Amino acid sequence: MILLDYWVSVFGMRVRIALAEKEIKYESREEDLLGNKSDLLLKMNPIYKKIPVLIHNGKPVCESLIIVQYIDEIWNDRSPLLPSDPYQRAQARFWADFVDKKVAPRPGVLWGKGEEQEAARNEFLETFKILEGELGDKPYFGGETFGFVDISLVTFACWFHAFETFGKFSMKAEFPKITEWAKRCMQRESVAKSLQDPQKVDEFVVEYRKRLGLE
Amino acid sequence: MAEELSLLGMWASPFSCRVKIALKLKVVQYKYVEEDLFNKSPLLLKYNPIDKKVPVLVHNGNPLLESLVILEYIDETWQGYPIFPKDPYERAVARFWAKFIDDKLLPAIRRACWGEEKGREKAVEEATELLQLLEMELKEKRFFGGETIGLVDIVADTLSLWLTSFEEGSGVELMTREKFPKLSKWSHEFASTSAVKENLPPKDELTVFLKSLFGKPAK
Repeated sequence: MILLDYWVSVFGMRVRIALAEKEIKYESREEDLLGNKSDLLLKMNPIYKKIPVLIHNGKPVCESLIIVQYIDEIWNDRSPLLPSDPYQRAQARFWADFVDKKVAPRPGVLWGKGEEQEAARNEFLETFKILEGELGDKPYFGGETFGFVDISLVTFACWFHAFETFGKFSMKAEFPKITEWAKRCMQRESVAKSLQDPQKVDEFVVEYRKRLGLE
Repeated sequence: MAEELSLLGMWASPFSCRVKIALKLKVVQYKYVEEDLFNKSPLLLKYNPIDKKVPVLVHNGNPLLESLVILEYIDETWQGYPIFPKDPYERAVARFWAKFIDDKLLPAIRRACWGEEKGREKAVEEATELLQLLEMELKEKRFFGGETIGLVDIVADTLSLWLTSFEEGSGVELMTREKFPKLSKWSHEFASTSAVKENLPPKDELTVFLKSLFGKPAK
């Protein structure tokens, strides 16, 4: 089994966590996204040409949340990532989709300028306010156990410091529950070994901003 | 305990239509509540405070949001007609195409039909390229689901009646029989399926409505 990945990608990290939770062995291949994408990536994901791509028995699975569900369904004999009750499963899918729609595509906080960045920052804060409310006093988004929604969001935790720096706010001050939750998730080996070092993420953001002419 | 099932929807919404089709395929009784999107009911605001959109399925007092999430819930809760494929890999492929339609194809079609005049040509090119991908995915199958309609067919409902209405309302031609013989045939077969036919809104009314929603005001 092969995972086409990129070291700092929050989407790739989701799949790493899922594979680690299930204790599945796989070969990780780093794509050079700032340079040239491999022939394998272009062949396995011709439509989006993006990572992560899981190649299982020669067949590609694309889109991180789809991959995580696939992993959960194939290796259904251990560490379930989704709840067993259909209504709870629907809730999990809804919130993971919310993260994908609201958190994921708007790094304008990092890559934007002026008014655009201001708007992105406000949206970011609004979105996390909703997530803070949804988490409430639960240890994890799914309740007592770590699961699908946690996986969908926790990978952004190693990017929190970068968001704070460029968005000029404090995650801990604005979102104390999410901050605690992120620390709790980091105590899991699957999360700790899948997330990138925040300092390295900061360095990446600075470099990338230079590339975009923002520095 | 008697089951309580209601669907908050809107007659012109393809997303509401998806849920109606799924419930029909499963032969499940439900109460339909028509929402006035310009004057949303307290019920809708209570069940979907986050983005206040339809469809919302309420099952025994529990609300479900987002048509794709609702479709999966319906398939898992009621036996009978299979909407999702059984095989995990086929399921992942179906989810991929459903997401492709909602995230990429529909926005591109909207831009092509109703976007600014300036970017019209490019938008049409983009939508055409994306439709080509779907045309290729259909291959020689009758439906995306094979012999009978499945998840991707239901999610592609927008490409049958709604696309025709978009084209008539905007004057932009996208899915011609010449360029898309397979999709054109699929569209007709899909709309003729009984579970779909009885849940589609009337075409002329839909065209008028969509034109008023998306079209430019008369100069």
